[in-house]
Amino acid sequence: MGNTPRATRRYSARSPLVGYLLRRLGTSVLLLFGVTIVTFALANLVPGDPIAAALGEGAASNPATVEAYIKERGLDQPLPVQYVNYISGLFQGDMGISLRTAQPVASDLSKAVPATVEIALLAIVVSLGVGVALGSLAAYRRGKISDQLVRVFSLIGLSIPTFWMALVSFNFFFLQLRIAPGSGRLSPALAPPPTVTGFYTVDALLAGQWVTFTDALAHLMLPVFVLSLFTIGLLTRFVRTSVLEVLDADYVRAGRAKGLSGPRLLFGYVLRGASLPILTIVGLAFGTLLSGTVLVEAVFAWPGLGSYAYNSATSLDLPGVMGVGLVVGVVYLTINFAVDLLYGVLDPRVRLA
Amino acid sequence: MRKRWLKIPAAWITPLGVIGAVIAVAWVGIAFTARLWVPFDPLAQDLPRLQAPGIDTLMGTDALGRDIFSRLMTGAGVTIPLALMLVVMSLLVGTLIGAIAGYFGKWVDELLMRLTDLVMAFPTVILAMVVAAALGPSLFNAVIAAFVVSWPQYARMTRSIVLGLRTQNYVMAGRLMGFSPFKTLRVDIAPNVVGPILVLASLDVGTAILLLSGLSFLGLGAQPPTPEWGSMISAAIQNFDSWWIGLFPGLAILTVVMAFNFVGDSLRDIFDPTSQVSRAGARS
Amino acid sequence: MIDAPTPESADAASAASTPVLTVDGLTIGIGSRNNVKSIVKGISLALTPGRVQGLAGESGSGKTVTSLAMLGLLPSNAVVGGSIRLTDPEGGDTELVGMSHRQLNEIRGRRIAMIFQDPSSSLHPQLTVGVQLTDHVTRHLKLSKKQAREHAIGLLDRVRVPNPAEALGRYPHQFSGGQRQRIAIAIALACDPVVLLADEPTTALDVTVQAGILHLLRDLADERQLAVLLVTHDLGVMSAIADDIAVMRHGEIVESNVRHNIFANPQHAYTRELLSSLPGAEGFQEVSE
Repeated sequence: MGNTPRATRRYSARSPLVGYLLRRLGTSVLLLFGVTIVTFALANLVPGDPIAAALGEGAASNPATVEAYIKERGLDQPLPVQYVNYISGLFQGDMGISLRTAQPVASDLSKAVPATVEIALLAIVVSLGVGVALGSLAAYRRGKISDQLVRVFSLIGLSIPTFWMALVSFNFFFLQLRIAPGSGRLSPALAPPPTVTGFYTVDALLAGQWVTFTDALAHLMLPVFVLSLFTIGLLTRFVRTSVLEVLDADYVRAGRAKGLSGPRLLFGYVLRGASLPILTIVGLAFGTLLSGTVLVEAVFAWPGLGSYAYNSATSLDLPGVMGVGLVVGVVYLTINFAVDLLYGVLDPRVRLA
Repeated sequence: MRKRWLKIPAAWITPLGVIGAVIAVAWVGIAFTARLWVPFDPLAQDLPRLQAPGIDTLMGTDALGRDIFSRLMTGAGVTIPLALMLVVMSLLVGTLIGAIAGYFGKWVDELLMRLTDLVMAFPTVILAMVVAAALGPSLFNAVIAAFVVSWPQYARMTRSIVLGLRTQNYVMAGRLMGFSPFKTLRVDIAPNVVGPILVLASLDVGTAILLLSGLSFLGLGAQPPTPEWGSMISAAIQNFDSWWIGLFPGLAILTVVMAFNFVGDSLRDIFDPTSQVSRAGARS
Repeated sequence: MIDAPTPESADAASAASTPVLTVDGLTIGIGSRNNVKSIVKGISLALTPGRVQGLAGESGSGKTVTSLAMLGLLPSNAVVGGSIRLTDPEGGDTELVGMSHRQLNEIRGRRIAMIFQDPSSSLHPQLTVGVQLTDHVTRHLKLSKKQAREHAIGLLDRVRVPNPAEALGRYPHQFSGGQRQRIAIAIALACDPVVLLADEPTTALDVTVQAGILHLLRDLADERQLAVLLVTHDLGVMSAIADDIAVMRHGEIVESNVRHNIFANPQHAYTRELLSSLPGAEGFQEVSE
């Protein structure tokens, strides 16, 4: 972040946007390799016996099995070679075999990713909407009672243990009040819509299955609500600060001096000006959402990365956990690259020299 | 006569900060004394199982016949001291690394900051989970994992402050006078870092508690029968109908995290002048 | 005009035509209920069509706050007393002090416009020049998009921004500082106001382009019969285009006169102090002796 247009210009005199994007892409790819080094290191170098963990105690006591495993996985090779093998395996979709499901981790995860991304995207939209509304309100009414209330509300949002909130709200809205649908992505009576995007809501709409769409949406409500509480708190506080700063900016004063007010000033001038810092924090908020899914999905039996991580962690399935770490790292990097792209779109100083 | 050290500037006393401080102090008090006064042994499994809250068991009993109130109170003694320790550890290490990076610059800075980039390329809970799983499930390993993910923010903040200060005249003057790097860091730079770091740390106590209890919820932290809040909540998943098993530990986490957040947020108002500066009279 | 023999007060000198904006006993305090800091302590001014009224003073003297008060742009914890009266040649005599924001929005930008010190921060970095030139025009003058565009091109042409039609699609950072201030002036003039408030309009600019901006303001005041309030700490800028000058200090106007008299025969010690800090101050003294 924080690239000045001037720094970008040096890289490509003709089209600064291309230079900017190449730079960001380069950073992302480097970080991606960093992520694989971390997961590789954790899976292979930490104390403890990864072989025993991979084979299970029984098989690990048989020297022949262990030897065969070491040969097969190339564990007798020097570490750099092992890392290269690991990377080339990753490129072929080899993330190891889950100890828990006995399936390749990659195929397990490929089913789980859309479920989680669907939740996370909806949650970020909800959080952004509520956060921008509350944050702007607080900034406009700075120091007033409503500002204080928003402050307390957002601090409480930041203090709620998500996994507990998931449990409590599931208990209350489903088991007690029976107004929320049960766990999972769809009611048991419905079949998943034909896969296009992997998002049930979108796929159901594409297939014209209205009932499936509403059912899928209803199942999304509670997990999205629980996940959003923290990010709403985060975004509200941040939007308030950014909007306050922009309200002080000369260009907003100039807008006022032109006789602009109300929504025209708020959306056209204030929020547009605050959009860049807010965008940065949205990328960050996405990280906390992905973190949150690990703690929330299990409660709702939502078949995503979070549930997979929870089940892998509780059954000490190291390949499964590493796979989740890697995939979430990649998803997070992708999101942040998308944020960088949007940055270029929203800021003409980045887009045009 | 009022003693000078008791005087607190009026601006520091905000309703939010006071409420937070009172709750936080109360919880810390409970954390260190609970074992002395709880009505039941938190580990003893000799009460009726899954008993709803009542007169003798204020918050009911769990599936193993343990008193939840007693476990909750002694549980404070598990989570809170660990969280405080974690924050102090991250603060010391992170601040030192950040100061070194900012002060020496060049390849030292580059190396250390790429390291923080790497840690921050993961969402925190995910990386902590991966590290904790790799190290093996235990409360100690959970603290290590939480430490791995939480020091970089201190390093980042300290570095940026130090970078800003390094070129200031009085810091340059100190260096010209022959201050050693560490004297410069200690005398000229440290005082400027204290405020922002204190704000970050007080807000981070809440994050640390959420992280540690989250890892325990995942089974990667405290192991049974330790009375830890996160693992108490995870036990509630198996007993959905007994709402009290999960409700109270969660409220405990919520109140203590909220208290530290209230304090941290009020401290921010004090130390960060930009968040408070009156728009009135900013220009004349 | 400068040769006018009578060293009378600014009010009297401009009495030839009726003022459009009359400030009378204006007081401004800022702060909470029991801790109000007094910033402007009862000043009076009159702005007349076709004349440039200078308001000089150091930072903190209350001159910027005074200009903001004329647009009702003070922070919400400001307490304003006295009177600011707009006598619009198009009819209507309006008291601006205590006016609701809804009513003020009909006057801001439309009857009274303002340009700010630093055009690199007073233009929105993410909006094209075209949008910033037309968004208030469509609101105030009820022009269609196409008409507003034609209007905008004409304005940019008048303030001498090169390639006006193309400039509409560009962003502020693509212009030089001087051009940005010209654009800001075009924006201010877009709805044909009667009063233009200019708050340190050249302070943030390179010395080389300052004169161009000042002459543009002078020309516009003459050709459009604009009443201009020029707020600046820089008496050099004042001497270039102001007709009348009021010197402000600690929230009060210590001296007010036509330009010639201020420079040739300063009455107040503070005015003399300000003058002596001017480069080439001796030159002025020579003229006076």
